[in-house]
Amino acid sequence: MPSTPIISVENLGKTYTVPEREAGVKAAVVSLFNRKTRDVQAVRDVSFDIHPGEIVGFLGPNGAGKTTTMKMLSGLLHPTAGNASVLGFTPWERDRAYLGQMTLIMGQRNQLQWDIPVIDSYQLFKAIFRISDADYKQRLDELIEWLELQSLINKPARNLSLGERMKCEIAGSLLHQPRVLYLDEPTIGLDISMQRKIREFVAEYNARTGAAVMLTSHYMADVEALCERVIVIHHGTLLYDGDLHGLVSRFSPFKTIAIEFSEPMVANGQLADANDRYGEIVSANDTGWEVRVPKSETAAVASRLLADLPVADLTISEPPIEEVIEQVFATGVET
Amino acid sequence: MSSSTPDFSKPSPRALLQFYRGQFAAALGFNLAYRGMVALWVLGSVMQPLVLIVVWQTVSEGRDTGMTAGQYAAYFMVSMVVSHMTFIWHMWEFEWRIRSGYFSPLLLRPVHPIHHDICENLSYKFVGLVGIIPAAVLMALIFGADFSGASWRSLIAFAPALLLAMALRFVIEWCLALAAFWMTKVASLNQLFDAFFLFLGGQFAPLGVMPEWIQTLSFALPFRWSIYFPIQVALGNITGADLWIGYGMQPSDRSGRGRVATDVEARGLPTTAVERSHACLHR
Repeated sequence: MPSTPIISVENLGKTYTVPEREAGVKAAVVSLFNRKTRDVQAVRDVSFDIHPGEIVGFLGPNGAGKTTTMKMLSGLLHPTAGNASVLGFTPWERDRAYLGQMTLIMGQRNQLQWDIPVIDSYQLFKAIFRISDADYKQRLDELIEWLELQSLINKPARNLSLGERMKCEIAGSLLHQPRVLYLDEPTIGLDISMQRKIREFVAEYNARTGAAVMLTSHYMADVEALCERVIVIHHGTLLYDGDLHGLVSRFSPFKTIAIEFSEPMVANGQLADANDRYGEIVSANDTGWEVRVPKSETAAVASRLLADLPVADLTISEPPIEEVIEQVFATGVET
Repeated sequence: MSSSTPDFSKPSPRALLQFYRGQFAAALGFNLAYRGMVALWVLGSVMQPLVLIVVWQTVSEGRDTGMTAGQYAAYFMVSMVVSHMTFIWHMWEFEWRIRSGYFSPLLLRPVHPIHHDICENLSYKFVGLVGIIPAAVLMALIFGADFSGASWRSLIAFAPALLLAMALRFVIEWCLALAAFWMTKVASLNQLFDAFFLFLGGQFAPLGVMPEWIQTLSFALPFRWSIYFPIQVALGNITGADLWIGYGMQPSDRSGRGRVATDVEARGLPTTAVERSHACLHR
């Protein structure tokens, strides 16, 4: 891993003060004279480093603090606690040089001008980000080729489909060749084919430019395809920072044992006892079972299955990442 | 991909000019695409002076109000042009911008968001003139506008007065729009401000027919210098030292508020807007 982080976040926190009152007209009147507020800690004490060339998945359920963190790192929000340095800048000081080297792509926010051809918006970005004529031409040609934009750039953004517009948005956001990319749900609402194209493009851009990428997505396919490392945040608190597969082994208390029988087997009463003897039978038919067992008992249960049943094949696997993440979010396991 | 990083630490007039050209063209494209909307706005701008001419000409019949019917027609005709050229709607839009997140993309650029709005505003005025100028000519002919005080000198003097008024009103109302960072429902404040503008700017009645104390008060407020002053300059009613005093009042009022706009961006106050929208989500 390169030595100097490109993004360095230290004990970052963000607290919002929001008004609150009880329901009803009386409470509404009382609130005029006695206004009550409460503090909501959207992000608390979050620390991490990201190095050049890394693609990091930033995961968490809705309201976990992902977008708030990204907005702080892109200079849209001031934190209430902590520090951050990105490319050597403090993001919320909003130095022009910093804004000119990063991009925040939000799945449902438009950079493109709605009513003019996409290429005209790109010309505008060229002026905004002070891109030289030669760089602009070269980058535009490359982006058009990578994202297959040729037939789209002369149409107004309002005439494009969601997927087409997203491709154009991404190209526009990368014309100034940012060294840091914050991608907030870049594939939201897109069909599977378009999601795959966007994923491939992000990977390609990362490989070619060495840009650091921080990605939030509710589609685990995005995360699995792009991110070796994930940061999990829940209720504003960092739960996990590390290898994607390490997340599974750390947070999943279960493993799945799948067995195939050497001969068709009719469960004559065995299935009723199986839940007690082996673990949770997730699926069962004449040719095989799938059993979920506590991680610590995997070896013992596998031995029992081999001893008790006519097993032709046995495989032990981790549960799907999606399932683990869902479980982490649901239970809010704290480190 | 090639990589040459531009130097953002130095201002680049060339880059800003390119931006203005591009953004103006984009805004022009928008206003031409939605020309029906622009036409309706322009129609609304014509209706008010039209009604006021009729009312004030009726009022002045058979009594001395200090102005003749022709002078009223000329006054409100020029008022319509000045109002159109100084009109800004952004304070009505900021609340939506903040709540919808539309402001965020503008804040992510290494260019102050006010430049985007200046281009939008200028483009609207440019397109709107296509309706305003013929309407003004018709109004002058139909109501017998009296331009006896105007001359080529007053027209020349009108140009800087109008430009300064455009800048003054833009900066004031853009700064007022920033109130949306602190207030969730900012429309009531905007409405109050508009009422002051109508009354103290001379859009409802020439300030010369107002009570003395209102005229005195208006000298200390920006409304007079945004509307009434350029109208009177165009009509040849302000000359000599008064003209230079007026020119001086316009930028002095603007510079203080302009400072607010730049400070707000530099100190990150727009972020408060985003914070408010976030806070709304957490309610």
